Amino acid sequence: MAMGRATRMLIGLMVALLLAPFIGNDYLVSVLILCLFNAYLAQAWNIMMGFAGQLSLGHALYVGLGAYAGGALFFHYGTPPWIGMIVGAAIAALVGGVIGFLGFRFGVKGVYFALLTIAFAEFTRILFDHFTWVGGSSGLYLPVVRADHDNLLLLRGRPAMFYYVILGLSAAVFLICHRILGSRLGYYWRAIREDQDAAQALGIDTFKAKMAAVMLSAALTAVGGVFYAFYTNTLYAESAFAMHRSIELILGAIIGGMGTLFGPILGAFLLTLLGELLTRLAENFGHGFEGVKQIGYGLILLVIIALRREGVWPRLAKRLGLDGEKAS
Amino acid sequence: MTLAVEGLDFHYGDAQALAGVEFTVPEGEIVAIIGANGAGKTSLIRAIAGMLKPSAGRIRYRDQDITGWPSHKVCEAGIGQVAEGRQIFPTLTVMENLETGAMIPRGRARFDANLARVLDLFPRLAERRRQAAGTLSGGEQQMLAIGRCLMGSPELIMFDEPSLGLSPAMAQEVFRIIRALHEQGLTVVLVEQNVALSLKLSDHAIVLENGRIAARGTGAELLADDRIRKAYLGL
Repeated sequence: MAMGRATRMLIGLMVALLLAPFIGNDYLVSVLILCLFNAYLAQAWNIMMGFAGQLSLGHALYVGLGAYAGGALFFHYGTPPWIGMIVGAAIAALVGGVIGFLGFRFGVKGVYFALLTIAFAEFTRILFDHFTWVGGSSGLYLPVVRADHDNLLLLRGRPAMFYYVILGLSAAVFLICHRILGSRLGYYWRAIREDQDAAQALGIDTFKAKMAAVMLSAALTAVGGVFYAFYTNTLYAESAFAMHRSIELILGAIIGGMGTLFGPILGAFLLTLLGELLTRLAENFGHGFEGVKQIGYGLILLVIIALRREGVWPRLAKRLGLDGEKAS
Repeated sequence: MTLAVEGLDFHYGDAQALAGVEFTVPEGEIVAIIGANGAGKTSLIRAIAGMLKPSAGRIRYRDQDITGWPSHKVCEAGIGQVAEGRQIFPTLTVMENLETGAMIPRGRARFDANLARVLDLFPRLAERRRQAAGTLSGGEQQMLAIGRCLMGSPELIMFDEPSLGLSPAMAQEVFRIIRALHEQGLTVVLVEQNVALSLKLSDHAIVLENGRIAARGTGAELLADDRIRKAYLGL
């Protein structure tokens, strides 16, 4: 039972994803990179909202902090991104900790806490727009090395390398989430999500548990940000910290199913593929369809809220006979 | 004395919810707290549980001054709480709810024994252990809330309106369980809107009015008190 269907399906999916670059063309690989990147971020966000019930609407903050930490260290000192990830994660955990402390210590809850996260993201965006060490508003460009051989240490190379890196990162976050959800901390989080008062009455240190959720979620998100910097090579505060990124990375988790392990991955894939499809269609029809992707997102969100409040995954998991699996 | 509350004040902003509340709970007794809505009963329980910070006064438990302790330390000291409105975790299974109640060190240390005791006390929960707690009936949810609290190995349990929203038969059942727990040696603080039943059950009782203690005595004395009978029993 324990090594049952869910594990077999996951291994099957992993094998398919590992083989994808050998089968598909560069376009497919680039779309899958986007899918996996969004799946990574959705999972990281899900730790905070899905598991611990704390809504962040400003997660672009951590993407941007990671991206700029990794990018600037590489730009100025040639520091490998893997070190940049550690630095970025530490900075994001610290900032997340400050936001969490302000919110949880002073009883800023629910919507007001979400507003606090937006405020920090927006304020940091403006700050970085004027931060000349990282290029200010003219942006930060990472030096691109000849793209025909891969340097995994410095994350310089061809799309397939980036593909495997983000696949590895997404798989790692999945495993981390799986482990934590079954741990004592996972119980604390879910208890807080369901009823914080009751959790407190049972002797759970809710402040500490919520701080752990925010800091871990922020740190993991920042690692994704470093990947983003090295994949795109160009950083603008305007886009790295953009509000719409905060929203998009949430949509995947909501559509897939918040609080589940696999929902955010599924949702991110669905949403990214839909966005790609709509963008393609819009290109074929020429101009006048600029916002079609956002309209598509809006529509799918409406449908989900109306028909599947809990997201696509829980029902699908039942269909696949996985509903007995713990927290699948 | 197991629990002693001395001169407790609590303010909600400008409004004074508790004023100079003073009472003791002897080891192994049931002490009832009665009073109208808004009299301060829930504030009192939450202050003892460490979920509200009193503005003045002392709370002692056994040999310790627990005033101002955070709730997780109060639980670890042995004071459990079954809050008003049951507050079960609806999407977690019955078993996960019980496990969550055993997360504090003193609960973890006696997990197996406590689980056996809870499932023995509430066979319905054993039957439904894999079911989401939100799908249980109101009475079953109250059983789960009590069982979950017991998983933390408390020596004193505070019940806040345990019969609220339950059918009369189910309320009787809850009272039967409280009596059984008391007979097993637990000390009980009982806040109840069902004044007649809780006075019958309790050794001592205090009556709260506007955050102050208006009367106190044994359950039998208060049941015989004309003023109490008029105000709370409608006789």
